[in-house]
Amino acid sequence: MKLEIKDAPGQLIAALKPISDLGGNIIAVIHQRDEKQRGGMLSVQIVLELPEQRLKELTRMIREQGVNIQRIGHERLLYQKAVMLIGHLIHTDLGDTVDRIDSTGFAEVTELNISMPAITQVSSARLVIKAVNKEDMEQAIAILRRVAREKEFLLVEPLEEIE
Amino acid sequence: MRVAVLGMGSVGRGVLQMIEEKDLGISVTAVADSRSALINKDGISIDEVLEAKAKSGFCGDRSLTAMDVVRRAAYDVLIEVTPTNADTGEPALTHILSALEKGRHVVTSNKGPISREYSRIRSLAAAKGVQIRYEATVGGAIPIMHMLEHGLAGNRVLAVFGVLNGTCNFILSRMAAEGLTYEQALLEAREMGYAEADPTYDVKGIDPAIKLVILANTFCREPVTLEDVDITGIDLLTNDALRLAEEQHCTIRLIAEAIPDRGILRVAPRLLPLSHPLVVEGTLNAITIETDMAGEITLIGKGAGSVETASAIIGDLLYIRNFHAERHPKKT
Repeated sequence: MKLEIKDAPGQLIAALKPISDLGGNIIAVIHQRDEKQRGGMLSVQIVLELPEQRLKELTRMIREQGVNIQRIGHERLLYQKAVMLIGHLIHTDLGDTVDRIDSTGFAEVTELNISMPAITQVSSARLVIKAVNKEDMEQAIAILRRVAREKEFLLVEPLEEIE
Repeated sequence: MRVAVLGMGSVGRGVLQMIEEKDLGISVTAVADSRSALINKDGISIDEVLEAKAKSGFCGDRSLTAMDVVRRAAYDVLIEVTPTNADTGEPALTHILSALEKGRHVVTSNKGPISREYSRIRSLAAAKGVQIRYEATVGGAIPIMHMLEHGLAGNRVLAVFGVLNGTCNFILSRMAAEGLTYEQALLEAREMGYAEADPTYDVKGIDPAIKLVILANTFCREPVTLEDVDITGIDLLTNDALRLAEEQHCTIRLIAEAIPDRGILRVAPRLLPLSHPLVVEGTLNAITIETDMAGEITLIGKGAGSVETASAIIGDLLYIRNFHAERHPKKT
């Protein structure tokens, strides 16, 4: 998110404190001192991780500190699901399978564990997929379902999201 | 209350034994198996029938049939527990429709007719002012139908998730616990008597899909059929997959799922956290109901067995006696 704060001591702390109060994790803070601001204001960009559904509360708390929120950027890849693939995964081009998710731009395969017992036997793989939000995750899973049908492997989906 | 029992398999025998043992005020006036029948309006001796069946394989007179019982015996409730035929629902379907037509209540464990011809059976029962009850068709001893219809009356059911097939659950539990292959676990299930010689019905997910259809027709407005269910079995699962799941504190179970608002009707192996209430061991069944008022409720219990299924049937019988007996036409 992009914030507008007074160029005065203590202001940045005041803007950041609500994030940790809500159990969030600050990934990066970027000052933009070169950007000319009216009335001695300073633009700061914050990249953060926040538990789901807490964003509204955070914006309220930051505003209460007298800090103006200029823009809230898109949430990125914070929704995670593990799925299992079983079948002839290598012979059906596992790289392509992963790429079908990665090429969407809204979801990524971030982890892959594979077990290949013997050349004639089926492989089993655990894939961790990350997406920006629930809707994108559902789309990513839908893509994977189509790929599974096409390449004739079994897709085991989680019943509920697994953290 | 007088009952006629069709079917002398494990379920039928369990029901007869419990009626005999428990002094419930239920009199059995007729029984039939696939090749014989016994009718006595003053009540038959359950001990003698069970003994005859065990000795000769016949429960009664070989010149009489189940349909003779349906047509001619003096009963208030027909207990239809003959073997299930999922393709046609017969001969159970004819038994059930004929009894309803005569204005008799029906209690059944038979999934075939209930999953295939629910609307027809339900409307005939309504037209005749009698009850059709089928608690024993889903989840064995778990009183899921009573829960949906009475316990959660007034709630809107948003979703139902369940482990509805004990055979598959046993196989998956064993694969996870002992690192057995699918083939080894299936063999063990056969040896324990949990799997049929031809396990297709269970492991391909057809049996839980039929149960899901019965559940969905009980709580959804739109009628559904087996063809509407998206079915994936467990026969392609590997012990590697279960091990990979375990590394993430998860396991795999065959879950039947109905979410009417999203048009989801599916049976498939799914990943669940080990701490999830639906992760039950062995042949147990478990069902989670999600409703608007009550939130989530999970029931866990034995999904099969002679006396366990008898529990569901007797629950239905006593429900009819306590709440609907007066609606039965006058006896002569």
